[in-house]
Amino acid sequence: MSATGMKYIDEFRDPQLAAGLARAIAHEAQPRRDYAFMEFCGGHTHAISRYGLADLLPANLRMIHGPGCPVCVLPIGRIDMAIGLALARPEVIVCTYGDCLRVPASAGLSLHKAKAQGADVRMVYSASDALALAQREPGREVVFFAIGFETTTPPTAVLIRQAQALQLDNFSVICNHVLTPPAIDALLSSAAHGAGDAPRLDGIVGPAHVSTVIGSAPYEFVAERHRTPVVIAGFEPLDVMQAILMLVRQVNEGRCAVENEFTRAVSRDGNRKAQALMAAVFEPREAFEWRGLGRLPRSALRIRAAYARWDAEAKFGLEDRPVADHKACECAAILRGAKRPTDCALFATACTPQTPLGACMVSSEGACAAHFTYGRFRDSVAQAPDGTSTAATA
Amino acid sequence: MCLAIPALVVELLEGDACRVELGGIRKEVSLALVDGVAVGDYVIVHVGYALTRLDPDEAAETLALLAAAGELAPADDCAATPSQAKQP
Repeated sequence: MSATGMKYIDEFRDPQLAAGLARAIAHEAQPRRDYAFMEFCGGHTHAISRYGLADLLPANLRMIHGPGCPVCVLPIGRIDMAIGLALARPEVIVCTYGDCLRVPASAGLSLHKAKAQGADVRMVYSASDALALAQREPGREVVFFAIGFETTTPPTAVLIRQAQALQLDNFSVICNHVLTPPAIDALLSSAAHGAGDAPRLDGIVGPAHVSTVIGSAPYEFVAERHRTPVVIAGFEPLDVMQAILMLVRQVNEGRCAVENEFTRAVSRDGNRKAQALMAAVFEPREAFEWRGLGRLPRSALRIRAAYARWDAEAKFGLEDRPVADHKACECAAILRGAKRPTDCALFATACTPQTPLGACMVSSEGACAAHFTYGRFRDSVAQAPDGTSTAATA
Repeated sequence: MCLAIPALVVELLEGDACRVELGGIRKEVSLALVDGVAVGDYVIVHVGYALTRLDPDEAAETLALLAAAGELAPADDCAATPSQAKQP
């Protein structure tokens, strides 16, 4: 038992129960068919890699990593925007979450390297740290580089409302918040049309904490329109195993429904208060560029005109310029589920968590970083001298 | 990025905030997104904000459900080792 001494975490990491669920999945998965499920979230990808869950699954059941890692899908142009601002204006302090600092940008830069060149870039743990900094430094311009899915968006909304209440004019936000349902829609639409390299998906393990905010109702179109089962799951290993079992059952029974494994935190309606705050402060952008998925309509949020004073893009006249990824980097195909980390020539050679060339190697929940940290050892076991290949899932 | 942790509320504070305890560490988090939180509740914390209350009854029910799923499965389908699980 991996005892962290934390209630509602330890119980959901119990190895005996995991072995039981593995037996149930192996028993119920029908040998004459195969199963391809996507875990949308980086949090699930991380759990699958860290706890070796792929080893507990039968050979005909494959987990495909999805694009639910905000750092991974953020295009280079947005990071360039923040770096450009920080380097051009010495009065600016750019604050962001730790994951964003090392994402590779243009000209061999990252926010971290820009700091070494004199830009004032700081890491915050909580969104509210950025606001507190603006209050402490009235002579500076504090710009919060906000990133994340619907989990991270409500705190940013609270912050902008607080800045308004305080009439705090030296604080603003570069809003990069993105939306989960349009990304799932895009993935399944490509799969349905057999577009490009889109993999077939028999089911989706749905977001844990995004769903605490938006609820389970926004995924109902996946079951209705795409005829694809969804099971919302927590981020602990037993949650993921149970969700996989529930997906196997839906596929076997020919059902397509939105089911909820994470009932201890997710309801159908979600957190209405958080939703109301988001709707008051943000509105959908017409379209937004996602690394790997391209330009998706109404898939991201911008700050409403009523809050333009706190919108750094309006305040500093920032422009979004599209930038191509590193030529050899396979992040885009990996984010679509079309390739695995080990399919990339740069993986674990030029590109490592210490020196990431692609965004999927940066965040611990990026598919490449998760596989580098936990999965490579399985690959070497798989290349056993007797030539048997055992590790099928990256 | 979306990682969030269940933490026990040990004290309500001024200004829509509370103190939570998490594996022996105490930390102040905002309650701006959740109404009606009381001492003794578990909340799910993300970037310094409580996102929702955790429902202990639902947690117990989920645990019972996944324990039952394992008990029902016959042991001879055991996928206990990687090589057994992945052998073609």
